[in-house]
Amino acid sequence: MKLPPFQSLLDAHGRDVHRFLVATVGAVDADDCYQETWLAALRAYPRLRDAANLRSWIFTVAHRKAIDHVRRRRRQAVPVADPPEGATDPSPEPDEELWARVRALSPKQRMALALRYVIDAGYDEISAVMGTSEEAARRNVHEGLKRLRTEYET
Amino acid sequence: MNDRLERALTHTAHEWTPDPPDISAAAARAGLLDVAYATVDSPVGRLLLARTPRGLVRVAYVPPDGEDAVLEALAGKLSPRVIAAPRALDEARRELDEYFAGARTRFELPLDWHLIRGFGRRVLEATARVPYGAVSTYKQVAAQAGNARASRAAGNALGSNPMPIVVPCHRVLNTGGGLGGYTGGLERKRLLLAIERGQPVLEGLG
Repeated sequence: MKLPPFQSLLDAHGRDVHRFLVATVGAVDADDCYQETWLAALRAYPRLRDAANLRSWIFTVAHRKAIDHVRRRRRQAVPVADPPEGATDPSPEPDEELWARVRALSPKQRMALALRYVIDAGYDEISAVMGTSEEAARRNVHEGLKRLRTEYET
Repeated sequence: MNDRLERALTHTAHEWTPDPPDISAAAARAGLLDVAYATVDSPVGRLLLARTPRGLVRVAYVPPDGEDAVLEALAGKLSPRVIAAPRALDEARRELDEYFAGARTRFELPLDWHLIRGFGRRVLEATARVPYGAVSTYKQVAAQAGNARASRAAGNALGSNPMPIVVPCHRVLNTGGGLGGYTGGLERKRLLLAIERGQPVLEGLG
């Protein structure tokens, strides 16, 4: 199996992976998930059997890390104390409002919407990355849009 | 279907342009950085430097069409875990800078010889012992590698030297005193020999 230098994946997809993670887990946690994604990919890379679609492969890894993060967060979702004195939020992303609402959707809907609108993935790629049928991918996008629309366009 | 909401999702998502964090240091800490590389400017043109955890493994004159072919060869021969990591090449860069400034006559950084084996490797090891400012011949390095009659094979080994400059194949000349060949072109060979004779480098090569 002749694999391209790993750097070529970073060059081609690094920015998109980062944007996908900002969209799905938020700007604060995106950097950690980004690093976890690329280290997991790097670990598995030499054993990769099929280099035909590296973009879908790296997004499969990123999707898994984002899902792990969401689950971890949900388990930790105990009532939070007031933020410690002096804690400052990182500068808000321009997306804040709209994508914060996306992040409030079900994990499947938010992942599908992020793949669709952040990296312009087709339903075939969304289904491959998320490990669902194409029909389910389509449904996740549409249900997500419907939920958002009730708030956004009224 | 492409309505206002979808346009807003696409548009806002594409507005985020922060640089993603660099993962090379974390990769190195996790033991996953098999080949780190950097490109640097030098008086003999742009160089690509690559190292493994064992040491410097490659110095390449970057071809006019870019470094892709060099990186692909490293991925194929060593490991596909090839990542740009300029900090990992700091030591190599510093020694080369000192060399080009005439302030260093020996390279001290550890070398990884994995890209060449057998007779070719013995030829290059003999070449590495030719002192700064001195010259040898294809025949002499062939003899030191164990086969005095294999000067042509020695020439081939020098032509595929994975670490030119650091393994000073530019110090090896034809037996008759002619310049011979050079992996980076004869102009570079002349320039390197001039540097070692203490002639100031007024203008580097492109």
